[in-house]
Amino acid sequence: MGWGSFLIQFLNGLAGASSLFLVAAGLSLIFGVTRVINFAHGSLYMLGMYLAVWLSGRVGFWAAVPLAAAVVGSVGALIEILVLRRTYKAPELLQLLATFALVLIIKDAALWAWGPEDLLGPRAPGLEASAPIAGGAFPQYDLLLMLLGPLVLVLLQLALKRTRWGLLIRAATEDREMAGALGINQKWLFTGVFALGALLAGLGGALQVPREPASLNVDLSVISDAFVVVVAGGLGSIPGAFLAALLIAETKAFCIAFGWSDATLVIEFFIMAAVLVARPRGLLGRPQAPVRVAGAAPAPLEIPGRRVLVAGAVLLALLALLPLATGGYTLVLLTDVLIFALFAASLHFIMGPGGLYSFGHAAYFGIGAYAAGILFLRQAATMEFALLLAPFAAGLGALVFGWFCVRLSGVYSAMLTLAFAQIAWSAAFQWDRFTGGSNGLVGIWPAPWLASKTAYYLLTLALCVLGIFLLWKMIYSPFGYALRAGRDSPQRAEASGIDVRATQWAAFTVAGIAAGLAGALYAFSKGSISPESMGLQRSVDGLVMVMLGGIQTLTGAAWGAALFTWLQDAAARSFDYWRAATGMIILALVMVLPGGIGSLLKVRR
Amino acid sequence: MKRFLFIALLVATNAFAQTIKIGELNSYKVFPAFLEPYKKGMELAVEEINASGGVLGRKIELVTRDDGGNPGDAVRVAEELISREQVNVLMGTFASNVGLAVSNLAAQRKVMFLASEPLTDKIVWENGNRYTFRLRPSTYMQTAMLIPEAVKLKKKRWAIVYPNYEYGQSATASFKKLLKAAQPDVEFVAEQAPPLGRIDAGAVVQALADAKPDAIFSSLFAADLQKFVREGNMRGLFKNTPVFNLLAGEPEYLDTLKDETPTGWWVTGYPWNAINTPAHKKFLAAYRKRWNDYPRQGSVVGYTAVVAVAEAIKKAKSTDTEKLVEAMKGLEMDSPFGPIVWRALDHQSTMGAYVGQLAKKDGRGVMVNWRFADGANFLPPYEEVKAIRKD
Repeated sequence: MGWGSFLIQFLNGLAGASSLFLVAAGLSLIFGVTRVINFAHGSLYMLGMYLAVWLSGRVGFWAAVPLAAAVVGSVGALIEILVLRRTYKAPELLQLLATFALVLIIKDAALWAWGPEDLLGPRAPGLEASAPIAGGAFPQYDLLLMLLGPLVLVLLQLALKRTRWGLLIRAATEDREMAGALGINQKWLFTGVFALGALLAGLGGALQVPREPASLNVDLSVISDAFVVVVAGGLGSIPGAFLAALLIAETKAFCIAFGWSDATLVIEFFIMAAVLVARPRGLLGRPQAPVRVAGAAPAPLEIPGRRVLVAGAVLLALLALLPLATGGYTLVLLTDVLIFALFAASLHFIMGPGGLYSFGHAAYFGIGAYAAGILFLRQAATMEFALLLAPFAAGLGALVFGWFCVRLSGVYSAMLTLAFAQIAWSAAFQWDRFTGGSNGLVGIWPAPWLASKTAYYLLTLALCVLGIFLLWKMIYSPFGYALRAGRDSPQRAEASGIDVRATQWAAFTVAGIAAGLAGALYAFSKGSISPESMGLQRSVDGLVMVMLGGIQTLTGAAWGAALFTWLQDAAARSFDYWRAATGMIILALVMVLPGGIGSLLKVRR
Repeated sequence: MKRFLFIALLVATNAFAQTIKIGELNSYKVFPAFLEPYKKGMELAVEEINASGGVLGRKIELVTRDDGGNPGDAVRVAEELISREQVNVLMGTFASNVGLAVSNLAAQRKVMFLASEPLTDKIVWENGNRYTFRLRPSTYMQTAMLIPEAVKLKKKRWAIVYPNYEYGQSATASFKKLLKAAQPDVEFVAEQAPPLGRIDAGAVVQALADAKPDAIFSSLFAADLQKFVREGNMRGLFKNTPVFNLLAGEPEYLDTLKDETPTGWWVTGYPWNAINTPAHKKFLAAYRKRWNDYPRQGSVVGYTAVVAVAEAIKKAKSTDTEKLVEAMKGLEMDSPFGPIVWRALDHQSTMGAYVGQLAKKDGRGVMVNWRFADGANFLPPYEEVKAIRKD
C-alpha cells in the first residue's frame, strides 16, 4: 500500500467517522439530559433516510435533507410528548421498553409506506463525481461529509456553551433536580432536547442517502453502532462521541486496507470493551450526578405469602397435568415459554435484586446452547451429560465476563455486557470448524426416551421450574439480601461488611448458569443452534420480557416471558403487520401498567 | 349396488372436503423484497392448479407463516404447521441457517420438506437427508455457471469480495477451486469479506483497487451490492476491470441499481422480459394478468415449488410422506425455465439460471448476451456427491 492509498483510506475513515458521529451526537444529547436510552434512535435515522429519498424525487436532494431532518425532529417531539413524558416517573429502563415498541411500529410503518425494496437515492447534485486525490479518486460528496461532522460538533458545542438554552441543558445534565428546583421547565426542555436529538438522527440518515440505499434493516445496525460510539466516548459527552467515532471509523478503514476485513464484523465492540476496561467512563465521560427521584426507589420485595405459594403450586400441577389434555403444538409453545421464563428470570435476578443492567444476557444463553451442541455432536457426549454440563460452560463465561462488568456501573456496565455478548457471537459466527459458522450446528436431538413432545415438555417443565425456584429462593437467602443491600446503598452495604463487588460477581455467574441451562434446553428442543441464539435480538427480547413483567416484582419476568412469547406467536399468525401489532400492545401495556404485569399480582394480595 | 354407491359417495365427498395442505414458512418480514413476489408466485400456482380441478380431485391449500428469520422460531412455526395445521408437506425458508434447521426437523419428524429458496450446498450434500428436497440452483451451481466465461477471459490476477457468512464463503471457495482447476496459473491477489449488510464500500473499493487485479469475483447482493456499485463507479474501480457477480442479474437486486447499473458485468439472474420460450411466455402472461406486475426471480421459485409439490402428489397418487419422498426422487416436470428433474441422488432439482452481462437500457439495468445454463450441467460428478452425502 503506497502513501496515496494510505491517505485515501484515512479520508475514507474520516467520512465514516462523520456519518457515525452525526447519528451518535443526538443519542448522546438525549441520554445526557433525559437519561432515556432511546432504542428508537436508529429507527428515526432510518425514517430520515426514507424521507430524504422520497422527498428528493419531489423537491431535489439538497432541499430534501433539511426537510427530512425537520420532519424527523417533529416526530421526535411527538414521541416525547405522547409516549416518553408518561414514563419518566416509572421504574428506570421502562423507556427502553417504550422505545423498543416504537422500533417495531416505525419499521412496519416504513414497510407500509415505502414498500419492501431497498430505495437507492440520488447522488448529491453538484457533487456526483470524484476528486482526484493522491493518484486515486475520492467522491466529492465524502469530502463534504468529512467537513459536516466537525461542523455539527462545533455548532452543538457553541449552542451548549454560549446560549441560554445550552446553559439550561448543561444544568439539567449535571443535576436534573436542582435545575428543576431553580424553576426551569423540565417538560419543555426535555421535549426540546428529544426533538433536537431526533433531528440530528434524521439529518444523519438523510445525509447518508447518496452513500447507501434506504433499507428496512438500517435501524438495528445503526442503533448498535451509535450506542457503541456514545458509550465509548463517554455518556453525554459530544466531543467524546466524536473522538470515539473517529477511532472506530479509522480502525475499520485500516482493517480493510490491510486485508483483515473479516475483523470488521465486531471491531467496534472490541474497541468499546478495550476503552471501558481502561477507562470505566469512556474516553471523555465524567461521573454522573446521582439521579435522586427518577422513579420511586424500589420497595423491598415481600416474601410471598401462603396464598401465593398455594397458587404457584396449583399452577405447577396444572402445567404438569397438561399433556393429559393436549398434545401437539400447545406443548411445543409452552416448552418455548418455559425456556424463556427461565432465561428472563435469570436476567431479572441480576437486574432486579442485583441492580446490574445487562444488554448482553443472550451470551450465556448462547454459550449454554453451543456447549450442549458441541458436547453432543463433536465430543459424542450423551444428551443427558451435555445438558448437565452446558450450564456450567455458560457459568464459566459469565465468571470471566462478569469480573469486568461488575467493575463498571449503570449503562457502562450494561454496554460492556453487550460488547462481550457481541464478541461471543462473533466467535460463534467465525469459528467454522468448531461452531459451524453462520449456519450453526444441526442434529442436536434429545435422547430417545425424551424425544416425544410430552416427555421433552415435562423435562423442560421440571428443569425450568427448578431453576426459577432456586433463583427466587436465593433472593430471600442471606446472599440475596446482601445483593439487594449492595444495589440500594453500596456504601452502607460495604460498611456492614458486604463485599458488594464479589456479591454481584457471584450473582452474575449464577444468572449465567441459569441462562445456560435455558440455552441448552433450547438447543435440544430445536434440534439445531446458530449464532442468532446469542445475538443482540435475543438479549433485547430478554430485556423486553423482564420489563414487561415488571423489574421490581418477583414473578414478573416469568409472566413477561410467557406474554411476549405467546404474543409473538399469535401476532405473527394473525396479522400481516405483526411487528407493529406487537409494538402497539407493548406500548399500551407500558402506559397502563408501568410496573409490569407482575405488579397486578401485588395489587390483588 | 346401493351400498357400493353410498361408499363411493362417502369417499368422494370426503376427498373433496379435505384439501391438501402445503405448510409454507418464510422470513417475510426480514427479506420482504424477495419474498413478496415469491408469495405471489405461489398463490398463482395454487389458483391455477385448483382451477384445473386440483390434485387427486382435492384442492390445494397454502398455509403460510412468518418464520421470524431465525432458526429457533422457524422450528417452532414448522412444528405448528405439522401438528396443529396437519400439513401434508412443508415448504419454504430463505436463509441457509433457517433452511438447515427446518430440514433437520423434517427428518426428525418424518415430514417432506421442499426447501425453495436457500442456496446453501449443505442442505442437499453434507447435511442432506431423506426428507429434504431443494429447488433453486445452489451456490456451487451458480458459481460453476460463471466459470466458463471467467476462464475465457484468461485473466491472471483475481480479487474477490463476498459477504462474510456461509453463502459468500462457499461461493468464494467454489470459485477459487473451479477456476484454479481450469486455469492453474491463476492468482488470487485480494480477498475482502465485509459483514453482511454492512459493507464499508469506500474502503473496500480502495483496498481492491490497491491490489491491482485483472478481474473481480463478487457474491455481494442487496444493499451491499448497491453500495459497492456506487462507490466502485465513482472511484473508477470497474473502468478496466471485468467483474463477475453472482445473483446480480436477478430483478430483485438489479432493478434497484437503475441508471447506475454497471455495464459488462457477468452475472447470474433472470432476464424476465427477454425469455421467449413457450413455457416462460405462458407464465409471464399469467403472472402479469394476475398481479399487474412483472415477475421477479422469487416469483418463479414460488410458482415452481408449488407445482413441484402438486406433481409429486400426482405421481405418488397419495399424500403419504414416504410415498411422496419416493415420488419426488427423479420426478420430471415443467417449470417456467423449462423441464427440470429432481435428482434421486441428492434431492437437488436441475433448475437452471440465466448467465449474461449487465447493460443499461432506458435508465434501468437489463441482462444481455445471456444464455440459459441448465442446472444439470453444473453439478459435481456422482461419486463426489455420493462421498459427501451421509445417508
